Amino acid sequence: MARKLLLEHINVPGINTFDVYRSKGGYAAVEKALKTLTPDEVVEEVKKSGLRGRGGAGFPTGMKWSFLAKPEGVARYLVCNADESEPGTFKDRYLMTYLPHLLIEGMIVASFALGAKTSYIYVRGEMMPQIRILEKAIAEAKAKGFLGKNILGTGYDLELYVQPGGGAYICGEETALLESLEGKRGNPRIKPPFPAIAGLYGCPTVVNNVESIAAVVPIINEGGDEYAKLGIGRSTGTKLISAGGNLRKPGVYEIDLGLPVEEFLYSDEYCGGIANGKRLKAVVAGGSSVPILPANLFLKTINNEPRLMSYESLADGGFVSGTMMGSGGFIAYDEDQCIVRNTWNFARFYHHESCGQCSPCREGTGWMEKVLHRLEYGHGKMSDMDLLVDVSKKIEGNTICPLGDAAAWPVASAIRHFRDEFEWHVTNPSAAVSGNFGIAHYADPLPKLEEAAS
Amino acid sequence: MLSVQDTNTPVTFSPELLSKFADVVSRYPEGKQKSALLPILHLVQAEYGWTSVPAMDKVAEFLSIQPIEVYEVASFYTMYFLKPQGKYMLEVCRTGPCEIVGATPIMEHIEKTLGVKEGDVTPDGLFSWRGVECLAACGFGPVLQIGPEYTFYENLTTDSVDKLIGDLKGKANN
Repeated sequence: MARKLLLEHINVPGINTFDVYRSKGGYAAVEKALKTLTPDEVVEEVKKSGLRGRGGAGFPTGMKWSFLAKPEGVARYLVCNADESEPGTFKDRYLMTYLPHLLIEGMIVASFALGAKTSYIYVRGEMMPQIRILEKAIAEAKAKGFLGKNILGTGYDLELYVQPGGGAYICGEETALLESLEGKRGNPRIKPPFPAIAGLYGCPTVVNNVESIAAVVPIINEGGDEYAKLGIGRSTGTKLISAGGNLRKPGVYEIDLGLPVEEFLYSDEYCGGIANGKRLKAVVAGGSSVPILPANLFLKTINNEPRLMSYESLADGGFVSGTMMGSGGFIAYDEDQCIVRNTWNFARFYHHESCGQCSPCREGTGWMEKVLHRLEYGHGKMSDMDLLVDVSKKIEGNTICPLGDAAAWPVASAIRHFRDEFEWHVTNPSAAVSGNFGIAHYADPLPKLEEAAS
Repeated sequence: MLSVQDTNTPVTFSPELLSKFADVVSRYPEGKQKSALLPILHLVQAEYGWTSVPAMDKVAEFLSIQPIEVYEVASFYTMYFLKPQGKYMLEVCRTGPCEIVGATPIMEHIEKTLGVKEGDVTPDGLFSWRGVECLAACGFGPVLQIGPEYTFYENLTTDSVDKLIGDLKGKANN
């Protein structure tokens, strides 16, 4: 069984309280960083670890930190992005619910590294229970001298606050998040300037995902080099995967990057296979915005090599036959699921969540939703598939923020890999309304469970 | 407690509420009190059940910003209700991962049980329901949440929804 760096103590009763967390070695990273390392040394450890941003983009965290401008006399901020809203992703909610002190410990170390005196955790508004958990944990940490003035007598001061959002997916985009934190609509800003130069209140700011911040704790405890030994190639360390959909054992799993997808999907240590003994039809590997893959292409790359849970292997084949690691929102679809309906559902999501600033996204997402709706409900035309691809191409790359791309990719990939299912909806409208295209040739190459047993 | 207001009724915030506002404002640097807007609107909604125009005007006054700056925020974010809702607003996740494990039948069941369409309020003022986008609990779907505490209910079945609605009715009548 692989070692857990983040979730090691998740099942310890009372681990959400300061005392139990501390008794399990918690806050050792704060002591080590503040008492024995300089801020630059902390940044160096994170660089050495090879940690890549866990929110979806996969940009190296240490490099992001080293871009932070440090003009004299200007405040710097660390903002934790806990606006987890990508369909398929629920690891940050899990982490904040059960291990709030891990996030707080990471925030203290990261704030120290960046020289921030005030840091914010921006939590999506719907997660009020998690906000209450974090506020309680912050009060505990403060009472024990790990937050506030002169932390552990080192002379370092830090105030940490929790900020609720208002229910908008777009606020997971870092500049929209900063706008929201300033009390405005969540409209993404045009970059440059990047937040590292002009972020919150125009000051240099780093925005990091919950899991990235939490990963700083084991990196400091064990050293960046040790962390980098885990994983494979440029995908170092461990990653939380939110596994949902038609799985026998959905949930949040911590994996060593590089785990074969087949093992993740079918072994009892992880997802335990497909629910109800059904067969796998398709997988969305990294949250709704990454390309959907049919089961056969997901389990093996186009070169017939086993696919691994790593940034590189999931992206093998580019968008033609690969996908992306994204935020680790893993959704499995069984043989009874309709790809057209799912694509329509995601298109509706992106239309609903578009902030409306850029016309390609504002108009294009609504257009795609309408066309997909008519396909799903038996009023589609054969020309609709080309129309959808055309609209998606005109959104992609033509917007201020990546929401446009995120809306375009699932539609384009569904048509790329499941075009015959879309065509079947046009040629068999009444059957498409009442029934399902089935698994067809997308099936995973593995035998059914009962066949495997015999 | 839900107090349904006429939109023309003026609002006066209680001293307790105002002290909560002041506590929120203290989290930001001087002159950046507008950052408190989203948290304060949540506090207003928890108190009154929705964010009315007179309440938003008072918030603007408190934060020394223009009323339009409050309206544009309240109308952008989906969590703020711009009209009165039932005391219990059942918000069911309708996005992909919940949909493939049965969110639509749950919403149809809620509509039938409560006898009101999405967004409407039951005649007794107790319930409203609506479909919302991903609530980040995709492994435990279908899920719903109920404000203002945003209590979470996972792995819903029609039976568990019936029980939940029954429990809430019992709670409201006591």
